[in-house]
Amino acid sequence: MNNEVLKEKILAVLPKAEFAPAGQWLTITLPKERIRSYCQTLKDSPELRFDFLFCQTGLDLADQFQVIYHLESTEFRYVIVLKASIPNKENPEIDTVSDIYRTAEFHEREIYDFFGIHFKQHPDLRRIFLDEISDMIGHPFRKDYKDEVNIIER
Amino acid sequence: MGIKIKSMKKNDFRDNDTLELFKQSGGNVLITTLDEIVNWGRSNSIWPLTFATSCCGIEMMATGASRHDFARFGIEVYRASPRQADVIVVAGTIVRKMAPVLKRLYDQMSDPKYVIAMGACAVSGGPFYYNTYSVVRGVEHVIPVDVYVPGCPPRPEALLYGVMQLQRKIKSETMRLTRDRDREYAEGTIPPKFKLSKEEDHE
Repeated sequence: MNNEVLKEKILAVLPKAEFAPAGQWLTITLPKERIRSYCQTLKDSPELRFDFLFCQTGLDLADQFQVIYHLESTEFRYVIVLKASIPNKENPEIDTVSDIYRTAEFHEREIYDFFGIHFKQHPDLRRIFLDEISDMIGHPFRKDYKDEVNIIER
Repeated sequence: MGIKIKSMKKNDFRDNDTLELFKQSGGNVLITTLDEIVNWGRSNSIWPLTFATSCCGIEMMATGASRHDFARFGIEVYRASPRQADVIVVAGTIVRKMAPVLKRLYDQMSDPKYVIAMGACAVSGGPFYYNTYSVVRGVEHVIPVDVYVPGCPPRPEALLYGVMQLQRKIKSETMRLTRDRDREYAEGTIPPKFKLSKEEDHE
């Protein structure tokens, strides 16, 4: 499956989609408000059927946060990447996709744990890995994370 | 009265003066003789706990396997229960989530108990990701350590050497006195540098 052909198919259902230059996988950049509608459209389209969220990660780019979604169509074996940007560094928020892809429940808890990105409407948003460390304050994968006990700055 | 370990060259143990300082018995003939018998028994049957958190564990298994075979030294059977183990070989990185587990395992071991910190991660946090929010910089912050074995990972020979050093250390003990480190650990004068979770107060 050629990425150009896939691009045409996606543009047929999402005419406003913006594509980023990317390597292996076709990449769509979008503002955070559109993530739910994009996921729902890509999942429901009979030509695409992106029904499997195989990876969801966060990213801190110093001036903004991103949440990155890797989607696969188990029927057609297409893979695409969605990059949702969150410009608000103070209080990052994005809609959850956990009702569209159940696996996102855990992924979003992990992203919340490490980046402090809040997922609106998530059914059970709390720390997943660092909850047992009683003095863990803040979110360690943020660029501005400071831990004066354990980390020596240099 | 020197401390002898079969099949080790004396040149490997030039530092016997320091070891004599470890000798805690005063010189009472009866007690030192009893000590020798007890220590002989203890030092030649140190049973380790099955505990390994990363690649040093593979090397520890190799040490236990037929080529190096540390059963020769009485480090005989790996025990799956801390109640039956005498020594815990901390083989690998201890992260802060693992630290309470390690402390609990150590607390569950019956006295006399010993700790070997095997490899760079257990000695000092390791050559890799020690400068981070999650790694304990050396197992000494959680439990008291008897023997440090450096290396990444140490070769089986190095672990064997560490085990023999531990045997030497055991041979210098006396049953009259509580070991200093046990007392300090019980009193809490070796405070863990990292706060452990509440679950840790199981007793």
